[in-house]
Amino acid sequence: MNNLIKGEKHDWEMVIGLEIHAQVKSNSKLFSSSSTKFGSSPNSQVSLVDAAMPGMLPVINKYCVEQAVKTGVGLNAKINNYSVFDRKNYFYADLPQGYQISQYKYPIVGEGKVTIDFKDGTSKDIRIVRLHLEQDAGKSLHDQNPSKTYVDLNRSGVALMEIVSEPDIRTPDEAGMYISKIRSILMYLDTCDGNMQEGSLRADVNISVRKPGDEYGTRCEIKNLNSIKFIKQAINYEAKRQIEILESGGSIEQNTMLFNTSTGKTRPMRNKEEAHDYRYFPDPDLLPLEISKEEIGKIKSSIPELPDELKNKFIETYKLSNYDASVLTAEKQTSDYFNETIYSDSELKNHAKIVVNWITSELFSLLNKNNQDLNNSPVSPENLGLLIKLISTNEISGKIAKEVLEDMFSSGKTARQIVDEKGLQQVTDQGEIAKVIDEVITDNPKMVEQYLAGKDKLLGFFVGQAMKLTKGKANPKMLNDILKQKLNKKN
Amino acid sequence: MKIDKNTINKIARLSRIKLDDKESEDYIKDLNSILDWVEQLNEVNTENVEPLSNISSSILPKREDVSNDTNSSGEILENAPDKLEGFFAVPKVVE
Repeated sequence: MNNLIKGEKHDWEMVIGLEIHAQVKSNSKLFSSSSTKFGSSPNSQVSLVDAAMPGMLPVINKYCVEQAVKTGVGLNAKINNYSVFDRKNYFYADLPQGYQISQYKYPIVGEGKVTIDFKDGTSKDIRIVRLHLEQDAGKSLHDQNPSKTYVDLNRSGVALMEIVSEPDIRTPDEAGMYISKIRSILMYLDTCDGNMQEGSLRADVNISVRKPGDEYGTRCEIKNLNSIKFIKQAINYEAKRQIEILESGGSIEQNTMLFNTSTGKTRPMRNKEEAHDYRYFPDPDLLPLEISKEEIGKIKSSIPELPDELKNKFIETYKLSNYDASVLTAEKQTSDYFNETIYSDSELKNHAKIVVNWITSELFSLLNKNNQDLNNSPVSPENLGLLIKLISTNEISGKIAKEVLEDMFSSGKTARQIVDEKGLQQVTDQGEIAKVIDEVITDNPKMVEQYLAGKDKLLGFFVGQAMKLTKGKANPKMLNDILKQKLNKKN
Repeated sequence: MKIDKNTINKIARLSRIKLDDKESEDYIKDLNSILDWVEQLNEVNTENVEPLSNISSSILPKREDVSNDTNSSGEILENAPDKLEGFFAVPKVVE
């Protein structure tokens, strides 16, 4: 695979690392009992701890710690028995404490890795440096008033897991696949709801460019991207910007950038003064966090089947390709749907590949078109199973089945009902098909002549005509065979 | 370590505190004498001793994940110099 981008002078390679912020799925905040519910009225979920009133002390949420450990296990990472909470100091209007409680030197989770799968069947490991627990800040609204910023502290103190990758990513697509994979793992584990629109999952992207084989170049960090589309756009723009500077003889200044989603451009943050002097030190309000081997063991044993395990199981059991299996397991709802479909009829496990295709192409495109989600698909797994059974037993053709699926989708009827009502059964009667073919041959003597003279392509024309006469219901294979037989006999 | 004018200015800026010349002179003197006093600790041999971040030997207390449903906005905003529709209103942060 060629991952290089062409510059004016030579080829360049991108070097990309991601810091993903995933909101822990919990009822209450990391150090206080305020609710974490999204979309409540401003400042309604703020305790005296979250507002940093003098004398308030943080008390850690046990469940958030377990969720972080669980996530660490899901990322194939080392869980640290001992970790420390530090204060990361900076001034901002939506940070009432004047510092964020985070983990610096001793994070709760150490090195791990995740695997991303490409369409061509290959895969690649992206290494994880660490995962640590930290508090989220409040939310600032800058664009409501020309002279004021409005601050809502509901998010202040909500638990985040920051997942830091090594700079192992080389293309915008890989970055997208990596964050999708992390999202998928988090959602299988149920440790984060994965909702990027609501900001439950967002990423900072570190990117530099280099000539292939060179040392890493100077990097810039693009802050706070909350969709895979924006991540790819921002990387593409930023890489181009850096290449232009380097090719015109300039050098890259290490900088923190913001991405403007409406122009698709990055620009340096204006306020970078002292930006990196966070003066980390251990938070004197919190003792070190210790987790015993037993506790880790207990959490490990509670972990559900993860996408990669499930993927391997699908490949093994149903002889699916690596790529098909990874598409199927990317979202839990998809693999659940597949399982329910396959289990709805014992015959279907022999037609797994067809089941995959019908879910991931036909059903998905209908859902997309109608702006619906697989979770409330109008076509149940059982009904899709029934439809596929009709295809696999040759009762209807694949082409007719598409129509039937659309009908099922809008009417809620079963495939059986629709096929019976509309008389869509495939014609598999030799005599009947032969009769139609005879008709086509008699009606098109000129074409037959041309075909026999060597214009093989015309076969398609005859098939089309015959299909038209049977309203698409003739079994395509039988139609082809009989047609060839008959035409060759003429010779 | 010695605190000089540059250091004191940097610390003041990081803390968002405005100091006049007289004040910065005073702080330079105060901070230096504090640091000198603490420096005495350097006389102790600490080789092979792990830094101590906490003197308590007890275990970090944890709470269950239970949220309370009280609406806090009235109380939280009570001392705010400026507010609007439940939001704190602060001077515009340019970014």
